[in-house]
Amino acid sequence: MRAETRRRWAIAGLTGPAYLWLTLTIFLPLSAMLWFSFQRKGPFGRHETEFTLKHYEAFFTKDYLQDLTWRSLEMGLQVTVICLILGFPAAYVLAKRIKGRWREALFLLIVLPFWSNALVRIFSWTVVLRPGGVLDSAVQSVFPGAPSIDLADSWSAVIIGLVHSYLPYMILTCYLSLQAIDDSLIEAARSLGASALTILWRIVLPLAIPGLAAGAVLIFVPVIGSFFEPKLLGGTQGVVIGTVIEEQFTVVSNWPLGGALSFILLAIVLLILAVSYPFLKDRMRTA
Amino acid sequence: MRKAGLLTTAAMALALSAGMAQAEELHVLNWQGYGTDEAWAMETFEAATGVTVVHDYFNSEQEMLTKLRTSPGAYDVILINSAFTQQAADEGLIQPIDTSRLENFAALSPGLRDAPDLSYDGEVYGVAWTWGLTSIAYDTTEVDPGTSIDILWDPQYAGNVGLRDDSVENVAIAAIATGQNMNDPADMDLIREKLRELKPQIRTYWSSEDEWNKEFSADSFDVSVYWSGSASRSATAFNLPVGFFIPDEGAIAWLDGLSIATDAPNLDAAYAFIDYMDSADFYVRWDTEAGAPASANPSAMDMLPDTAFNKVVLSRPGATDHLQFMAPLSDEKREEFLEVWEETKAYFAE
Repeated sequence: MRAETRRRWAIAGLTGPAYLWLTLTIFLPLSAMLWFSFQRKGPFGRHETEFTLKHYEAFFTKDYLQDLTWRSLEMGLQVTVICLILGFPAAYVLAKRIKGRWREALFLLIVLPFWSNALVRIFSWTVVLRPGGVLDSAVQSVFPGAPSIDLADSWSAVIIGLVHSYLPYMILTCYLSLQAIDDSLIEAARSLGASALTILWRIVLPLAIPGLAAGAVLIFVPVIGSFFEPKLLGGTQGVVIGTVIEEQFTVVSNWPLGGALSFILLAIVLLILAVSYPFLKDRMRTA
Repeated sequence: MRKAGLLTTAAMALALSAGMAQAEELHVLNWQGYGTDEAWAMETFEAATGVTVVHDYFNSEQEMLTKLRTSPGAYDVILINSAFTQQAADEGLIQPIDTSRLENFAALSPGLRDAPDLSYDGEVYGVAWTWGLTSIAYDTTEVDPGTSIDILWDPQYAGNVGLRDDSVENVAIAAIATGQNMNDPADMDLIREKLRELKPQIRTYWSSEDEWNKEFSADSFDVSVYWSGSASRSATAFNLPVGFFIPDEGAIAWLDGLSIATDAPNLDAAYAFIDYMDSADFYVRWDTEAGAPASANPSAMDMLPDTAFNKVVLSRPGATDHLQFMAPLSDEKREEFLEVWEETKAYFAE
């Protein structure tokens, strides 16, 4: 009994600080923002507090807000899929093919982008992608007279910049899942005559689903809320719901509308996760 | 024991000098690179008064207001666009100015000095400093500008027009182009239509002077909405082939004032600094070395050579006939303008 009590205290003592920290840094600001999203006006200036639903109504009555939300979801989907296509093979090679020193060196290269400031990364892409920029000059020097490459201020530039920023998440999560796969499973399959494709499809992929799913969520969620990457790389194409939310806070101090749009986005994310959860759970169990 | 005593004395001396240094600082809040932070000006001021000028910067008027709201007592002198002076005064962020403490105040152009937007409740809250225009800049090597604002919509410059990503500015441009009052446009639908027609013209937006210079040098645009003071700097300090003109339809005019924060820690230095900023000495050197908007001090303007950028722009007959000064906007108007602009941007992105 006393041991049980002591164990409970230990759990409370060990997890308490983390929960307190989460309460202070996530729960409180979010609740404050939720409260503001139902107010007529933001916290500045002198005015009565007044409850309203008009900021949530705005989303459903104004077409451009829905269009831009759709655009953001599309951006999230494209970035996630490209990260998957690029990240999974890279993680596989790292986990199963390369050993020792080389693996460490490659890991370092993969995590390297994380060590530089996100803004610096995005700004350097503007230098690379503009006509007469790094990419263009490189192509011109190899193939003189090739048509000039101009990706600056375009949707492609936004996707390239975001993929570069978020790819490491996919590689790292997939790597963890793939490394945990027992090599003898693959050897057994091979000795029973399974082709490489069958092994990939029936053994490796199903076992790697947790890593793929974690990577996809880690990428999809922040990307649909991103605003400075589209703004800096996209030119007139770089308009998404994230930039609209940002402008509500920075241009007109309209916290209520900014908050309402953020919570709608949050609701959409939760809905997507809720819909995909049973499927993922199913896949993980059968695996 | 003696060592300890020595240490205490040293610590006290340090604390004292630190305290004194603090009393001799003046904290200025402004856009970066906008006159008050010219190195030679800060040196001149320090040599004359012994006060060190320390700067903090903002990137938008909203950021400036937020900084004043959240850090009372942190700033002495603040640059405030006259369209925001009354709001800042109403929120109690700035204090009334005792104009008798400013030697140069009486000499300022009466029309700017006594602008109603710089006063609140019968008292002066902003000292007129500079005024300028938001109008059209162009590449002198490639563009013959003509005299109309319609150059922004000219198919000849499709994909070559620059706009700032700013709702108030762009609504104002469309209002001027459709012959409306930019501070209170009667027909928002007309403005919406006019803005949408810019779709083939625009490829990207600029957001700061530095970015404008970069985009202009990279030939991202040949015709662009721009600020007169910045155009003058691009031509003077950066040697870019920039021309600037005021269309027949008019242009956006703005007036910047210097204000004093409510809890300014160094009031005497604040008055001295504002007085220096409005002096002809400061302005003439600022405009000739760096490039500046027009001064509120007419004697300073008179001392400029006739070839000075601002003088040339303003000398065209009828140039100032249709200027519209930026007025304070209600929150509702700002939100409406932003909505129209964001809707337009969403349409541009389609």
